[in-house]
Amino acid sequence: MPKFDEVKVGDELPPVTKAPDRAQLVLYCAGSGDFNPLHWDQSFEQARQIGDNIVHGRMKWSTLGQLVSDWVGASGWVKSVACQYRGMDLQGTPWQAKGVVADKREENGQKLVEVEVWTENDSGQKTTPGRAVVVLDT
Amino acid sequence: MAAEFELTDQMLATVGVESEPWPVELTTTSVRAFARGVGYSDPRYYDLDAAAAAGHDSLPAPPCYLGTPVFIPGQSDPTFSGPRNAGPSVRHGLKGLLDGGTEVHYERPLKAGDKLFMTSKISKLEVKESKGLGKMLVVTSEQTFTEQETGDVVMRTYGQAIYY
Repeated sequence: MPKFDEVKVGDELPPVTKAPDRAQLVLYCAGSGDFNPLHWDQSFEQARQIGDNIVHGRMKWSTLGQLVSDWVGASGWVKSVACQYRGMDLQGTPWQAKGVVADKREENGQKLVEVEVWTENDSGQKTTPGRAVVVLDT
Repeated sequence: MAAEFELTDQMLATVGVESEPWPVELTTTSVRAFARGVGYSDPRYYDLDAAAAAGHDSLPAPPCYLGTPVFIPGQSDPTFSGPRNAGPSVRHGLKGLLDGGTEVHYERPLKAGDKLFMTSKISKLEVKESKGLGKMLVVTSEQTFTEQETGDVVMRTYGQAIYY
């Protein structure tokens, strides 16, 4: 578990690797309330044009949250997560969520660590770049 | 793809108009469903004993879980589950849509048992141009989540929709 005094700019977070298949995307539909058929119906016109169902952008955003949550564990909480959607990931294809510590500061009595985060496909393309801020207890 | 596109007064009049509040809930079941959908294995998001051992008095909400809007048939969107009446819409006539980005800021960690109200508004309209898509309308919207009991703001989210 990270401690504020020990965290250094440039520290890498343990990556999260996944390849969500259609069944997993259906679970995400149920959990998030986003039932857009682009993510679960192969016969949906836009999915046919693309070639398959695609991962929800917000599932990748949420995985960036998972990346920092797994890193912080019970020693703090995640204050913000932001990302941009730059590329699609087809269901069943592997990608990773990665992060590197970009800044640390104390603000209003909170020990904040800012992390540059992104998802990356097997070709090394960053499909979802963003930033997250976590509050550490100690 | 639009070669020409300009903001009209009607479009600009939608900026800043806040929607009616809509109830949003976080329950132990909804937290588990979200954690399962994302693919968490962290037991804090599923097991009350594991959450208690980590210092929580209920299941904590995983980051990026924005709660579940109460679903009312006829009033809720059947595809996206949020309220249909989320404020005025921009009548732009563009057919293509891309999700540009998402951002959440928490004032405090959320947890199962939280009961919130959500309001939504368009905060910015911009026309941008890309080589591939031509003129694009970028709509930035903002949602504010308050505690039902106190009115305190606990979370804000921002999203960008790109119409082309």
